[in-house]
Amino acid sequence: MPPTVLRALLVLLAALGSHAQAQANADELRLRALAATCASCHGTDGRAIAGSVVPGLAGQPAAYLAEALKGYKRGERPATVMHQLAKGYTDAQLDALAAYFAARPR
Amino acid sequence: MTMLQRRALLALAGTSTLAGTLATSLAGCASTALPSRARVVVLGGGFGGATAARYLRLFSNHTLDVLLIEPNAAFVSCPISNLVLSGHRRLAELTVPYSSLERHHGVRHVRDSVARIDPAAKTVVLASGTVIGYDKLIVSPGVDLNFDAVDGLRAAQVGGGVLHAWKAGAETAALRGQLEAMPDGGVFAITVPEAPYRCPPGPYERASVIASYFKAAKPRAKVLVLDANPDVTSKAGLFKKVWAEHYAGLLEYRPNHKLVAVDAATRTLRFELHDPVQADVLNVLPAMRAGVIALQSGLANVGNRWAGIDYLSFESTAHADIHVIGDAIQLAPGMPKSGHMANNHAKVAAAAVVSRLAGWELNSQPMLTNTCYSFVDGQRVVHVASVHAYVAAEKTYKLVEGSGGLSAAPSELEGRYAWNWARTIWSDMLD
Repeated sequence: MPPTVLRALLVLLAALGSHAQAQANADELRLRALAATCASCHGTDGRAIAGSVVPGLAGQPAAYLAEALKGYKRGERPATVMHQLAKGYTDAQLDALAAYFAARPR
Repeated sequence: MTMLQRRALLALAGTSTLAGTLATSLAGCASTALPSRARVVVLGGGFGGATAARYLRLFSNHTLDVLLIEPNAAFVSCPISNLVLSGHRRLAELTVPYSSLERHHGVRHVRDSVARIDPAAKTVVLASGTVIGYDKLIVSPGVDLNFDAVDGLRAAQVGGGVLHAWKAGAETAALRGQLEAMPDGGVFAITVPEAPYRCPPGPYERASVIASYFKAAKPRAKVLVLDANPDVTSKAGLFKKVWAEHYAGLLEYRPNHKLVAVDAATRTLRFELHDPVQADVLNVLPAMRAGVIALQSGLANVGNRWAGIDYLSFESTAHADIHVIGDAIQLAPGMPKSGHMANNHAKVAAAAVVSRLAGWELNSQPMLTNTCYSFVDGQRVVHVASVHAYVAAEKTYKLVEGSGGLSAAPSELEGRYAWNWARTIWSDMLD
């Protein structure tokens, strides 16, 4: 392949990659911002403060978190506040939050 | 591309792909990166501003230059401060220094106040005369207390005779002193301004916990709540039940009392329609509007009182590249002016600023939550909670149908959660 063609191809690839990367970064930030709505009570990135009487979310198994959140949403899990807050999120959002917090370091 | 840009770009690209790596190796393809050391200035270190400063650093993977302009060395929380008035907590327990924002997150704390914003030059001028340029500005000025809407209030306030204690700090301690000095058999009168004002349930929580203090320490004393509104503006059923069951004869609630004059010398309150009231300790909550800097810089463009914003990004409708958050904004339906809400505004605004600077698509579906706890005595608490989703078709937030709600009854369990909430949100802002 002539060097000029190779260079043009690389630039094209880079432009496409850059666009995909921007989209991936935007998606990641969107999820971080959604998860930040939980942080006011559960701690930044789901890490509970020392001596917290509210559980931390970081590093909990995703399946457990998703089931607990949906249990609150269905009104099956007893709660003071969480049954009211969980109803504000779609099941897809709750699954995404569960996966996000499961992947955070404790 | 400078080394700094390259580093910023690599740092920001959290999930590196082959294409991404290729992009970073070629000049002119830096569209996924934040401009090198783009600068965001945040005005005000309350629930909104401190959270914004911290999350701007977190969401940009510590690549943005973030300056927090805040004159105080430490944050003092309004939530929980009613318990200082009732003697259940000390002000020191509600005080958190700003130093961790710098130490843990690299936020530069400038201990000064802002004198002027120049939206055309994109600069802020500080009280000291220092001029700071910004790429984006986040304004979180809180509320200005309007002492001039009531005759005699400014003089009474300046003289120290009539306090508001609606911004936690020295006035909180001073009002506690007045309550302690008040003789058994005395009357404490609190006036509530017309909504909207900062912290809708706050006046009723204050009346309740002070009644709890009187019940234990001054059983012949009385709390009088004089409300400009036609009814209790938040958690009405819960508060009224507690008052009837626990504070009958000790706490009296009177609606439709619009305050028009205050006389500090005779400790008298005068109302538009009702008879004057004399009391031993007067606590007047003035009418409120967006913080002074928002009024002075044209940001308070809704009725010359609150800041109009594009709810998707919290960008001002008056000036480009300036975002306004917290109590100063014109509220969307169902939103209270609360610390929790300001903390959530800050995160949406921080994400929008990072996205704009990087050239990324803005989040089209931002969400906000609010959980607001009120003590009814030293231990027991009631809450109101809500979830707010952005509705693109209406360009505003709406309560998600079926979500949110109130406590069934006051409980000590929620009392423990309330104190935990406070410590957690302070950490989410400041640690």
